[in-house]
Amino acid sequence: MFETLTSRFANAFGTLRSRGKISEKDIELVVTEIRQALLEADVALSVVENFTETIQQQALEILPTLQAGSNQAEAIYSVVNKELTEILGGGARRIRFAKKPPTIIMLAGLQGAGKTTLAAKLAKFYKDQGETPILIASDLQRPNAVNQLQVVGQSVGVPVYAPEPGNGVGDPVKVARDGVQFAASKLHSMVIVDTAGRLGVDAELMQEAIAIRDAITPDEILFVVDAMIGQDAVKTAQAFQDGVGFDGVVITKLDGDARGGSALSIAALTGSPIMFASVGEKISDFDIFYPERMASRILGMGDVATLAEQAKKAFDGDTAKKLEDKFTSGEDFTLDDFLEQLEAMSKMGSMGKLLSMLPGAGQMKKQIENFDESEITRTKAIVQSMTPLERRDMKVLNGSRRARIANGSGRKVSDVNALVEKFTAAQKMMKQMRNGGSIPGMPPMPAGMRPPGIAVTKGSQQSPQKKKSKSGNPAKRALENGSIS
Amino acid sequence: MGLFNRLIAKVRGSSTASAVEWSEIQSELLASDLGPSLVSTLLDEAKKLPGDDVETAMKEILRSKLSDKERTLSTGVSPQIVLVVGVNGTGKTTSVAKLATHLHLEKKSVLLGAADTFRAAAVDQLTTWGNRIGIETITGKDGAEPASVAFDSAKRALEEKFEYLIIDTAGRLHNKNDLMAELGKIKRVVEKVAPVSEVLLVIDATTGQNGMAQAHIFSQAVEVTGLIVTKLDGSARGGIALAIENSLGIPIKFVGTGEAAQDFSAFEPEKYLDGLLA
Repeated sequence: MFETLTSRFANAFGTLRSRGKISEKDIELVVTEIRQALLEADVALSVVENFTETIQQQALEILPTLQAGSNQAEAIYSVVNKELTEILGGGARRIRFAKKPPTIIMLAGLQGAGKTTLAAKLAKFYKDQGETPILIASDLQRPNAVNQLQVVGQSVGVPVYAPEPGNGVGDPVKVARDGVQFAASKLHSMVIVDTAGRLGVDAELMQEAIAIRDAITPDEILFVVDAMIGQDAVKTAQAFQDGVGFDGVVITKLDGDARGGSALSIAALTGSPIMFASVGEKISDFDIFYPERMASRILGMGDVATLAEQAKKAFDGDTAKKLEDKFTSGEDFTLDDFLEQLEAMSKMGSMGKLLSMLPGAGQMKKQIENFDESEITRTKAIVQSMTPLERRDMKVLNGSRRARIANGSGRKVSDVNALVEKFTAAQKMMKQMRNGGSIPGMPPMPAGMRPPGIAVTKGSQQSPQKKKSKSGNPAKRALENGSIS
Repeated sequence: MGLFNRLIAKVRGSSTASAVEWSEIQSELLASDLGPSLVSTLLDEAKKLPGDDVETAMKEILRSKLSDKERTLSTGVSPQIVLVVGVNGTGKTTSVAKLATHLHLEKKSVLLGAADTFRAAAVDQLTTWGNRIGIETITGKDGAEPASVAFDSAKRALEEKFEYLIIDTAGRLHNKNDLMAELGKIKRVVEKVAPVSEVLLVIDATTGQNGMAQAHIFSQAVEVTGLIVTKLDGSARGGIALAIENSLGIPIKFVGTGEAAQDFSAFEPEKYLDGLLA
């Protein structure tokens, strides 16, 4: 996401950095570049103009105070970063919970924005935080929308209130009103109302949305918008703002390569913050929207915070605890543990997606694109072709066993050898560490920034040690290793 | 008179148009999602034209950007197999149903293939439509391999001598390589039975410049032969479709203009261009 925009910014700032002393003309050039980048990203013209004007003015203001040779480019960068964060909605805002439950959330948006899927994601998100949400099927328009909500509701284990079959039958206002009453009587702490998609220009359907709103007085109305929407975003958002009104924005399909510029426009023009972002087809591909993170992502500065959180989610407590116990008890780290790690990694999504969240990812774009996702699958295949005994004790691996494993996994014997070799080295290193040694040549790493398992991409050896190591940024290292070897 | 026409009126006799007026025209064109690069080409060409009827001139320039490829569905031996593809939420399933209705009204025999086995209830959605129109829908089990459903429906269409088979596929973002590969597979598997005659890419009129990337990558995967532009009844003018047609030479074949089955028609260039300049 935002990739092209990111590389544009990266180029623009690269030019600035190469200057000994930045002139006013340089700033103008950068601003022109940013202007073009934003337009290509579907940001509304008026927003682009405001934005570029502001940063140009601010950059020119601070210019005289900057010393030649110092980090002028960084100073200019922080001006842009600040403005961008501002447009994206300032600090992240959370849902306002009702004083007296249930908290009522109503979803509204164009057809195909992804409301129904989002309803389930939202429900899951809050269910995981201890709420007891219920979904209400008030989209009685689209064929089988009710059915779809029931299916996704079931898949996240959240009840769905759907008294009407939909497909044009039933009164959505009544369903919403009864649903909220039902939720209150069953002591649900949260109600999420899915409504029919409607065009901004469709007065009749907008009226229906208003009627639903008035019937249930929601605590939050969320406007769901597709990241791919173009210049019409402004008009549509305005129509919804004037019609049913909304308190926050949710962007969906941010995992596409759309630059999502229109989302910036909506936030800027309606003054409603972007609250959530949906980043994939899986129910868990959903998170609170963090303007600062997104701004730094757009500017090519990576998104380590999100990465760390995803890692934490993927490595459920049990796996991590087991590994830790193993480590402290002095037991050997086996290939079975390794396999578990690989699987947890797959849960975190594609390696390309993960790597793109790292600082400097903009510059490493080529390598990230060329990253062979199936390397993990291949490594997994090798381990899975081993017998339990072989996984526990690699010493038994003689020539014929290795040949069998290579055959079984469709790899070469040399691949099996390489894995065994690296893994043995890693085991040895683990032992050393346990005995109080540190790993030479690796800088300490701040706590909470150890995305487990990432390093296993090419060489397996980083994986086990990383669990406990104070190593440097492992993903970046793996990438470097990968691109060299 | 629309805003655009008002602006156009101001610059009649373009040589006298001021920079400010041109920039207003530029922002109007940008607002229709034609994209910054096409817009600057259009403006350059418009500025060169001497006449005093800039509106006609602009329309002429836009018309020249349309491709002269055939806009009707290909015809030939039965079954004509139409694969409908696109990113999530553009209206593929609805478009499949509308296209089926369109052909059904022309007294063609139509079969539907519900190969979107991924999205919850998508199969039901298509079956519901099929029942409304009164045509048969071939389905697999929930979560079935989409290529196998497509294969079954192609086989059935061939055996029962249906004139058209329209296959609905799951929405997929074009930057997901594995999903694009899956789409290629669906097409290959169908072609074991009979050739695919059309691959229609569904583009949402509200889509911005990302539509270009969609068209480009979908074309690489399955050789898109035409566009269906949906949701043209909203305030979006769907300029991205013209940008795609201009740059990739994929003709717009159909437009969707509402939620009812009959809100669908063959692409009419004049109407579309009028809409762009409204």
